[in-house]
Amino acid sequence: MTLRPQRWAFGAALALLVLFTLFPFYWAMVASFTPDAALFREPSLWPRTIILDHYRALFVERDFLTPIRNSLVVAGTTTVFCLVVGTLAAYALARLDFKGKPAIMAFILAVTMFPQISIVSPLYLLLRSLRLIDTYPGLIMPYMTFAMPLTVWILTGSIRQIPRDLEEAAHVDGASRRQSFTKILLPLAVPSIATTGILTFIYCWNEFLFALSFTLGPERQTVPVAIALFRGQYQVPWGQILAAAVVATAPVAVMVLGFQRRIVQGLTAGAVKG
Amino acid sequence: MKYEARLGWMLVAPAIGVIGLIAIFPLGWTLWESLHMHELRMPWLGNPFIGLGNYAEIAGDPRFWAALGHTAFFTVTSISLELVIGLFLALAMNRAYRGRGLVRAAILVPWAIPTVVAALLWRFMFESESGIANAILVDVGILDQPIVWFIETATAWVPVILADVWKTTPFVALLLLAGLQNIDLSLYEAAAVDGANGWWQLRHITLPLLKPAILVTLIFRTLDGFRVFDLIYVLTGGGPGTSTEPVALYTFNALLQNLRFGYGSALSVVIFAITFGLAMLYVKGLGVRLGGEER
Repeated sequence: MTLRPQRWAFGAALALLVLFTLFPFYWAMVASFTPDAALFREPSLWPRTIILDHYRALFVERDFLTPIRNSLVVAGTTTVFCLVVGTLAAYALARLDFKGKPAIMAFILAVTMFPQISIVSPLYLLLRSLRLIDTYPGLIMPYMTFAMPLTVWILTGSIRQIPRDLEEAAHVDGASRRQSFTKILLPLAVPSIATTGILTFIYCWNEFLFALSFTLGPERQTVPVAIALFRGQYQVPWGQILAAAVVATAPVAVMVLGFQRRIVQGLTAGAVKG
Repeated sequence: MKYEARLGWMLVAPAIGVIGLIAIFPLGWTLWESLHMHELRMPWLGNPFIGLGNYAEIAGDPRFWAALGHTAFFTVTSISLELVIGLFLALAMNRAYRGRGLVRAAILVPWAIPTVVAALLWRFMFESESGIANAILVDVGILDQPIVWFIETATAWVPVILADVWKTTPFVALLLLAGLQNIDLSLYEAAAVDGANGWWQLRHITLPLLKPAILVTLIFRTLDGFRVFDLIYVLTGGGPGTSTEPVALYTFNALLQNLRFGYGSALSVVIFAITFGLAMLYVKGLGVRLGGEER
């Protein structure tokens, strides 16, 4: 019985945290449907008038579809390439026994940790000399620097958690490495690969520094850059910015809510031993 | 065995090749650039070798030292808050109760959205004297009257830190939760039989056994904190003036605003060295083990 007050306090603190987490989304949503003139005048927690003008302006006047397309192309291509190359590497790192493996793992981990800004200058000079500034390849290539080690790291962690028994049995029965990989492990690893793909895609979709550094104008800007650089003629167009924020958040939120259990597993697979 | 080793290297080669070509090779190039003068604005100056000239300039550059201070302040403040709140959330999610899935889903979404968007949401709430943050804080009685947050350094940090805590605490909580789930439950049962209360259990069982997970989290977050860019670029732009400017933003400005590639590269090298040093400090000094065991 003495636990009761504690339990209450616990519940209240948790509720407060959830509120703190959800409120900014709620507020952005409300604001994206509110006329600009009313945004900062007596803010009200409930919308008084609902308008769709900001969303219309976003797609008609701003052409927000272009940054969405750019983001989809860049993040999608990077993810697919990293998954193909990364799965092979992760298989070797999780299943094969060879010298230099710990060194490779340490190397990959080190690369995931190094600051992006430290390679902006050479990448800029390189892309400039290859005339790849403001192009898709000019973003996809730099994105590999963080996406590739991330993919390999997470995939290795999750493939290690798949039991080896079936593959070993197949080897006893005379199956080759290639057969046990394509016929047994790969089907078992599909969920892990999908989860890793989602995570890699999210990281690419959210990336800002490279996209800001290596694009010049609205033609090739990705979603985060386009939103961050929104300008109005006279004032900050908050209504449109928040409408864009809602649009940029929605796909990620849906993915996260749909796959939360797997995402949590994928995220923590490599990070904490267990 | 020999076949297995060859196969292993063959499979790893493409990934390592890509990383080497687009990450490690540029890193070497940055180092080389940093030893040269390279002003893209003044091409007639050429690209002369100046040895450690850029580094000497950094040593005497007050804006760099200020930026380093801002970065350290940001990192320490936000991580302390994130660890405390993250631990609470992890303990909460580790219990069974109704709505646990809802809590996990709710905290995952801020982690997954673009940092730029998170920064804009918080900028909007703190924008203008009649923004929602002022309205709520005055209503609750924390503030006597609305304030203009982004005009003074001390108040400009508030939304920055809050936004970071809001965005990254979920990640911290998840890492800690993974650590919690590895703790043997029978330890708690034994302690409970001996009459130990929840607080004693937290201090003598949970925290000691959670230490590895806490340290790993600390590494990840420290390194993240030192490269903070998006959040501050959008929230304050480094302002007022340059009073909240972190090192990554200063470097970005040196490179792409002022087109000083030699100097900017030297700044990049310094950031890299600091990050690397911090990681080494954690790994060697505190004995953090990353990546788990080989099976």
